[in-house]
Amino acid sequence: MSTEAMLGFVMAGAFVLYALFGGADFGGGVWDLLAFGPRKAEQRTLIARAMGPVWEVNHVWLIVGMVLMFAGFPRAFAALSVALHVPLTLLMLGIVFRGAAFTFRAYDLRGYAAERQWGLVFSIASVVAPLLLGMCVGAVASGDIRVEGRVVVSGFFASWLSPFAWAVGVLALTLFAFLAAVYLTHEAHTEGLREDFRARALGAGVAVFLAALGVLLLARGGAPRVWEGLLRSPFALVLHGATAVAAVTAFALLWTRRFQWARLAAAFQAGLIVLGWAASQYPYLVVPDVTLSSAASSTSTQRVLLVAVVVGALTVVPSIALLFRVFRPRPEGNSTPGPHA
Amino acid sequence: MTDLLYARAQMGLSLAFHIVFAAAGVALPVLMVLSDWKARRTRDADYVKLSQKLAKGTAILFAVGAVSGTVLSFELGLLWPDFMGQYGEVIGLPFSLEGVAFFTEAIFLGIYLYGRERVSPGLHLFSGIMVAVSGAASAFFVTLVNVFMNDPSGFVATPDGPTQVQPLVAMFSPGWQYQTAHVLLSCYQASAFAMAGIHAFVLLRHPGAAFHRKALSVALPLACVTALLQPLVGDLSAKHVAKAQPVKLAAMESHFETERGASLRLGGVTVPKALSILAFGDPDAEVKGLKEFPRDTWPPVPKVHAAFQVMVITGSAMALLSLVTLVLRWRQKAWPSGRRMMWAWLGAGPLGLVALEAGWLVTEWGRQPWIVRGVMRTADAVTPVPHLAAPFWTFTAVYLFLGVVVVTLLKRQVAGTMPDRDEGPVTGRGVKEEDAHVH
Repeated sequence: MSTEAMLGFVMAGAFVLYALFGGADFGGGVWDLLAFGPRKAEQRTLIARAMGPVWEVNHVWLIVGMVLMFAGFPRAFAALSVALHVPLTLLMLGIVFRGAAFTFRAYDLRGYAAERQWGLVFSIASVVAPLLLGMCVGAVASGDIRVEGRVVVSGFFASWLSPFAWAVGVLALTLFAFLAAVYLTHEAHTEGLREDFRARALGAGVAVFLAALGVLLLARGGAPRVWEGLLRSPFALVLHGATAVAAVTAFALLWTRRFQWARLAAAFQAGLIVLGWAASQYPYLVVPDVTLSSAASSTSTQRVLLVAVVVGALTVVPSIALLFRVFRPRPEGNSTPGPHA
Repeated sequence: MTDLLYARAQMGLSLAFHIVFAAAGVALPVLMVLSDWKARRTRDADYVKLSQKLAKGTAILFAVGAVSGTVLSFELGLLWPDFMGQYGEVIGLPFSLEGVAFFTEAIFLGIYLYGRERVSPGLHLFSGIMVAVSGAASAFFVTLVNVFMNDPSGFVATPDGPTQVQPLVAMFSPGWQYQTAHVLLSCYQASAFAMAGIHAFVLLRHPGAAFHRKALSVALPLACVTALLQPLVGDLSAKHVAKAQPVKLAAMESHFETERGASLRLGGVTVPKALSILAFGDPDAEVKGLKEFPRDTWPPVPKVHAAFQVMVITGSAMALLSLVTLVLRWRQKAWPSGRRMMWAWLGAGPLGLVALEAGWLVTEWGRQPWIVRGVMRTADAVTPVPHLAAPFWTFTAVYLFLGVVVVTLLKRQVAGTMPDRDEGPVTGRGVKEEDAHVH
């Protein structure tokens, strides 16, 4: 395997982890916005409690992916920064307001009204950000971003505002909402809350299916290269098959209330969707003008980066394992871990 | 304003905003762990409360620092695509390591803030230490990127971009020791002075408040030590700049003619031969003037000069106050508590941040017109995207709003410790502050 393929694989891995952890995190914001029913307040408390200790960690995966891209594939990073300047700027605003509001909500001492105001900012940003993220992915895959030499010649709007890009945006939003709901079924400590999120997970699961179908149908005209990739490469076909199996399994496990296993299956499903996207546009980083090898940095940089990835993994993986062990859900669940300290 | 100026203004604004939170993210965990450790040893309720207050402050400031830092990593590409497109690979290594440090910081901060009831006291304290260490590591790595931009190494420049890239050489470009030490010290100094100022302010109104006396006694040692070390490190840093970036030094000093035995002008006072001593450690050394260099490689001289003066004057004021404080501490066997000293510390409270911002402006303005000195001009790196006024004003408004909110929230945290208030206000989520206890 060439170093650039290895680095590309690691980068795809970082984006998969961002989709899983950051995605579930965004989805938590979606369900905060859509909280309803008799246990509305408890739902929001559960979301805040599940996310509090881990939200900052969940979003570092995005930074990791970005750093790997500009260090490993600088020319692709530069092209995307120009072509997607507008949606990425809006995404940044979403990220700023989301993180700030989540923290301010926890530390604003003025009581419930202030908490709700920050909650609203947080949840709206949580809906807008994944939509924009998906639209950017859609633009990258569509082939509408055109690069000549180092110059982006396709303008600043058309690529990410196409119907296909919108469809990918909706797919990202529904997928993240689905992940969060499944995750929260296992985090919930009362029967009522568990049922609330089971219903939401099943609904979101259907929405994911419909959105994926929409993306597939639009891909034929909107992203011909990916459409071909989806159907031609046998490797991609295996991935898509596995995704379908994971999706059906997650649904069945939710139906039969085996929440811990459902969570695992849903994570597989979401991870395979991201990998499926990566595989179907391989070897392109930005379809159709930038490939992994044409954007790759020098071999010396790529080798050093791979070493840094290993060093990073040795530091980060045990620490994250500790974090999730400390905050794993407890059966009683009556001790609320607020930001005590 | 041109799009280039808007881009520079947006980058500058984002960094100026982020630096405050980044500095707090480096230093507050140290103060938090120190008070936590004191709380464990003395079983003193005030230290417990102090460590909790500092943890809340850290949580608020770290979150804003994390999101503004994420914005910066996007802005590098959004505003300077050709810089990242060509030199991203040369400086990718310190950025990656900074990512690792940021990761461990976020992880252990999560455990420290939310895990007090869930982990053993030892692991809790260890998490706090890890937060402090990762914060320092993160500042170290990210400063290395700036060192590279000032004095790049580890590649051969061609019109098509860098070749023969040596990432490790680039990571430790010349002068890295001085600039990283200067930056790290300034983070601790700025935060310790700000904290001391806040508690001096309360003590002026409530002279007996034991909690604030103890808080001051945690902040003062760090403030004094860093304020006295900083001029020494700053001097080493200036000597390196004199050698490696003579144009920047000349701009700092607003020094136009080349001369031997050059004098130093500081706030209207002229000290003969001092510039030659400052720059080269020799009273008769030759200091090159701006006129030696092509006009189109001069940085904006008045701005760099003004920022440098502000840094040196505030730095000297802080060092002087620290010296007086330490002498009084030695003679009275206790941290000084007189009203005059409290006024002095209140006045010095913002100086650390002022000096930090001014020093950063010296470096950044002083590097202009280059984004990578001698290799790539800022004007050649700017994005072709038009209408950059729009994002600039948007982010100006956003940062203003966030700044106001953060100050308000921190003020409420301090207000909760006023002696005339009820202890332990109830937080939004109904979590009582006195819930947390010493293990």
